[in-house]
Amino acid sequence: MIWWDILSYAAWIISGLLLLWILADAISVSREFDEELLVSSREGADELLEQIKEEEGVR
Amino acid sequence: MTAESTSAENVQRISMFKVLNPFHVWALGVGIVLVGEFMGWNFSVAKGGAYGALIACWVIGLLYSCVAMIDSEVTSTVAAAGGQYTQAKHIIGPLMAFNVGLYLVMAYTMLEAADALIVGDLMTAVAAATGYEGLNPQPFVVLTIAFLAWLNYRGVFMTLTVNFVITLFAFLAIIALFVGSDPLNPGSVLKHSDLLTDLPYGWIGVVAALQFGMWYYLGIEGTCQAAEEVRSAGRAIPLGTIGGILTLLVAATLTWYVSTGLMPWQYLGQATTPLYDAASIIGNPSLQVVLFIGTMFAAIASANGCINDAARAWFSMGRDRYMPTWFGAIHPHYRTPFRAIIFLIPIAVSFAFTGLLDQVITFSILSGLLGYTFMSINMMKFRKMWPLGVIKRGYIHPFHPIPALVLLGLCSVVYFATFLGYGASLLSIMAFYIVASVWFVLRRYQFVKRGDQFTMPWPRPKGY
Repeated sequence: MIWWDILSYAAWIISGLLLLWILADAISVSREFDEELLVSSREGADELLEQIKEEEGVR
Repeated sequence: MTAESTSAENVQRISMFKVLNPFHVWALGVGIVLVGEFMGWNFSVAKGGAYGALIACWVIGLLYSCVAMIDSEVTSTVAAAGGQYTQAKHIIGPLMAFNVGLYLVMAYTMLEAADALIVGDLMTAVAAATGYEGLNPQPFVVLTIAFLAWLNYRGVFMTLTVNFVITLFAFLAIIALFVGSDPLNPGSVLKHSDLLTDLPYGWIGVVAALQFGMWYYLGIEGTCQAAEEVRSAGRAIPLGTIGGILTLLVAATLTWYVSTGLMPWQYLGQATTPLYDAASIIGNPSLQVVLFIGTMFAAIASANGCINDAARAWFSMGRDRYMPTWFGAIHPHYRTPFRAIIFLIPIAVSFAFTGLLDQVITFSILSGLLGYTFMSINMMKFRKMWPLGVIKRGYIHPFHPIPALVLLGLCSVVYFATFLGYGASLLSIMAFYIVASVWFVLRRYQFVKRGDQFTMPWPRPKGY
């Protein structure tokens, strides 16, 4: 049935477009921003850690 | 962009968005797992019969309840991506951390490939049902991976919101199947009295069934990977994880009950889509459609969660220099580990194109099992190094050290069960991780900066 052939081609094309978009965006971000900034994250902190800091501050 | 500025160092930093809540954590954990209810768990019936599968369902349920409790406690204190990898780094040491990170990446990437294969096979089945035989599943496999990678790349909030919706649909599909099987009138639709038999292969069959009992729950530990992106790790991770394991215990038990009341164990043990078959036997076309969509959604949700988790594990290893730091980058707009997501796409596609669903799944299960074994040791050490009261915990699991010891004992039994059926795979995966460890010690460890990787403000551990 031709419908399934069209669907298969559409799947290849959409996959290709999505992957190209991802690659293009990644390359442009890597060029636009400093590498130091991109890899600058540190292990997370949340309210528990804030609480610990506050408690340590009180002491 | 809202990059943070740390006054002490005067360095601009970017971090992941903290936008997730306990429902997202639930969707991540249950989403990865629920596909195992729609297919895969039933291979335990082939090994141990219907009752053997029920024993496997509950014994492995106990194993994963221990996993969920231990994970909830440790992750409620370690608000960092990487999950068990980060736990190992803080609590045991670099070599264990490297191995656990690798277990996570391999387990999730292979599971993702298997899920995409399932989507492709379902499309082939639909095409065959409409008169088109021999549809090539590959374009649909690639589309699944490409679309979900794109979604993950664009942001974690939308990724896990989508996962919540489709996972909830898949769970409700199981509930609908249960209701549709008229459980209040045993014998009318469900024929347990005719279909349930004694253990066909005795107790050794039950032991062999344990390996496939893991399909009911494999991946619930993935909730930990969201720790750096939830608004409060101390609250959201325990709520989402414990809620997730409770959901799965209910879903697994209902799945077993309905399936074994409709199909003889000889058929059920080799069925490809047992829940869809159950809906077909009940003969309700609407239920069949719901179960088909549920199966599709469950596979997509699982692949989606796996991309999320594998990328965060790989990203964390890059951030700590266990892998090249290039992978430790965060997208300045979407705040996702974008390079880790991209790097894992071709690997997942390659695994999926092998078409070896059972081998890929076995490798994934064994990697998961190695991770659970580590968790029991990790928990004992965690409580020794930082006893209760020394650091704030969002959740404290009860009866320590019983859950850790039960987990270790059950893991040992499952290793034996796996050895019975997949001895060669077990040995080859062990060899793979040993070779990887040698590479890490000899070549990679020199790049790891021990001081830089510990940025959690924890007190010095007892005895150090």
